[in-house]
Amino acid sequence: MFEYLVKRVATLLPTLLFVSVLIFGLQQLLPGDPAKILAGEDQDPQVVAYLRARLHLDEPLPIRYARWVGGVLQGDLGESVRSQQPVTGLILQKLPVTVELALLAMAIALAIGIPSGIVSAVGRGTAWDWAANAFALWGISTPNFWLGILMILLFSVQLGWLPASGYVSPFEDLGANLAAMIMPAFVLGNAIAAVLMRHTRSAMLQVMSADYVRTARAKGLGERTVVLKHALRNALTPIITLGALELGTLLSGAVLTEQVFTIPGFGKLVVDAVFNRDYAVVQGVVLVTASAYMLLNLLADLAYFAVNPRLRR
Amino acid sequence: MTHPMTRCRWIPALLLAALPVLTPAQTLRVGLAEDPDVLDPSLSRSFVGRVVFSALCDKLFDVDEKLAIQPQLASAYEWSADSKTLTLKLRPGVTFHDGEKFDAAAVKFNIERHKTLPGSNRRGELAPVATVDVVDPLTVRLNLSAPFSPLLAQLADRAGMMVSPKAAQAAGDKFGTKPVCSGPFRFVERVAQDRMVFERYPQYWNKDAIHFDKIVYTPIPDATVRLANLKSGQLDFIERVASSDIEKLQSDKKLKTSRITEIGYQGITINLAKSDKAKQNPLGRDARVREAFELSLDRQGIAQVVMDNEATVGNQWVAPGNAWYAKNVPVPKRDVARAKALLKEAGVPNPSFTLVTPTTSDAQRLALVVQAMTREAGFDVKIQAAEFATSLNMADKGDFEALVLAWSGRADPDGNLYSFDACKQPLNYAGYCDAETDALLNQSRALRDPAERRKLFEQVAARVLKERPIVYLYHRNWLWAYNAKLGGVRNVPDGLLRVTGLKLAP
Repeated sequence: MFEYLVKRVATLLPTLLFVSVLIFGLQQLLPGDPAKILAGEDQDPQVVAYLRARLHLDEPLPIRYARWVGGVLQGDLGESVRSQQPVTGLILQKLPVTVELALLAMAIALAIGIPSGIVSAVGRGTAWDWAANAFALWGISTPNFWLGILMILLFSVQLGWLPASGYVSPFEDLGANLAAMIMPAFVLGNAIAAVLMRHTRSAMLQVMSADYVRTARAKGLGERTVVLKHALRNALTPIITLGALELGTLLSGAVLTEQVFTIPGFGKLVVDAVFNRDYAVVQGVVLVTASAYMLLNLLADLAYFAVNPRLRR
Repeated sequence: MTHPMTRCRWIPALLLAALPVLTPAQTLRVGLAEDPDVLDPSLSRSFVGRVVFSALCDKLFDVDEKLAIQPQLASAYEWSADSKTLTLKLRPGVTFHDGEKFDAAAVKFNIERHKTLPGSNRRGELAPVATVDVVDPLTVRLNLSAPFSPLLAQLADRAGMMVSPKAAQAAGDKFGTKPVCSGPFRFVERVAQDRMVFERYPQYWNKDAIHFDKIVYTPIPDATVRLANLKSGQLDFIERVASSDIEKLQSDKKLKTSRITEIGYQGITINLAKSDKAKQNPLGRDARVREAFELSLDRQGIAQVVMDNEATVGNQWVAPGNAWYAKNVPVPKRDVARAKALLKEAGVPNPSFTLVTPTTSDAQRLALVVQAMTREAGFDVKIQAAEFATSLNMADKGDFEALVLAWSGRADPDGNLYSFDACKQPLNYAGYCDAETDALLNQSRALRDPAERRKLFEQVAARVLKERPIVYLYHRNWLWAYNAKLGGVRNVPDGLLRVTGLKLAP
């Protein structure tokens, strides 16, 4: 296991380097000149020239890349050209929001997806199965922004129970924070729950027909022990993989949901930055997200060892 | 042990003590359509930034509901006979948010900062101001290199915003992250894409007209969500309501709406000579084809489909109701037969070209309506949607035949005209260049008498509107919605919410 871990960590660094080249290179393919966009409505040529020099847009690409990577290695991700704020500061401002939203959404997804997947597999063909499948179909096919707007109209405008949008720090007011986060977290979690349910169901169905489950039953173990202790544990491996991937996606920001609920997270930050050609912000956010993604996948691999003792040999 | 009743006796007394603290703390919560850019008047470049500045930074002048120049930090002004010096009398007793005094030296500092700060977007606006003299602490003289009548209007916008010299010198080009001005509210914090919080400045010169302790601006790009926030009581005021929502809102007794014709316009820019592409462009090649294009459009129909009639149709850089509208060139009526005849005369009965549009839903609808209307006259319009940065790039390179383009507008017509129609100006994407028009535009800058300027603008209209570098379509309504208890909302055509005088009834 240790050897495996070392191997995995060793591949992280070159991957990150490759990602950094990719992020930097892909951005240059976007049409449009950041200096022109920044020059605003008036398009004063002197302002454009000044901005181009300030943003080092007149330098060759390799030098600009080296400049950026050099900064990153010293912990400096550059400065947002639009708001003049340091990118590191922006990321630190948005990261807790995105992490909280991702974790809440994941918790909701797990709480709904896995139990309904198990129930649906165990009670295959019953009304429970049908209900769980119908829920999954609904969850997968409902667009986030639409569900979000409907929820706002119902819970905020009609009933007045929850704030329509906005974000309050949990350290300021935990109650207000949860009230603001519950709708977006549900919208995001709902879609993932559906996917998790489908995967849990199929993994469970496969495991439930395995020989060792029959053996367990033959030993006279209770159904509850067979399902939860013997079958589920084995079925969890693909679900962990999926969960880690979904969590990674959530951490890269949920653009539409953040937009609808005006949650100041990564998604909004990076989309606005792309439209404004705010290169430093895009590069910084994508780099952080890519790192988080890789880390989560590493953790998922380690989790396999925890749930599946056979891998430890 | 204390008896519960003993504790209860204290409660009314505590409540009474807390009462004066609890009642007056009023916050105005405003929903914006976008997140403003940097909050430095010299560097600022977005419309939405100007909305926020009206609470933060006072200007030398302001404009009123009729776009007339009104005093703000300057209490009076006087032009010299040759129109080459503008002397300003300043309001006494004004301080910046850091306690520094506002005086003639501060004005000199600010004008010079606008002109010299690297990357300043005000440099062009103040280009004719050569030097600034401090006459006495409350009198300042602006010496111009040439007469420039739009100057007062410039000083009623960002170029007239005054920041604290001390704070500006200390912060350098980072000033915008913590602006220090002299407006009714001072900067507290800004969380990018989330909120901007300002608090009342107790020493404000016009403090009696300020009835809020705090203002929170929240950018909410989606119009539906912005409205939902207003309806649920989380916001008191929202700007840029979707025109499709206005009708329903008018029956809502808890909310009020207001509309006012913008000083900007929506139009289609045609590549006449910006690049080689103009030569392949049937519209760019022949003025008769452009005339046919305009005649095939039903502006009222466009306004109805695109804006739910929340717009004033027009054919010029200012709306027909504006004092600067050139009455000698009225809005032409749709005439498909004449359009067809013109195309035949030009030898291109079925001209084909691509119309580039932004990706906003309004612009997309506009393009579709134009496509359908002009088809009746024989045009074959292809639509190409391009997001803002891409379309800007295309406009700048002249890589387009026709382009849907909006302009937010300036109080003086010069701001809607010069940069677009004078030769080689940065916003002249059409590539229009006419020596006579240039001469007329420059003369209009030198004259101060509105009647004389109007005559020149009529001549400009006669020339420019015949060549059609831009086919002007309509002027949108600024649509606002707000809590019915909010009083004192002033409909100034620049679309900026003035916080002075705003009051929330109990």
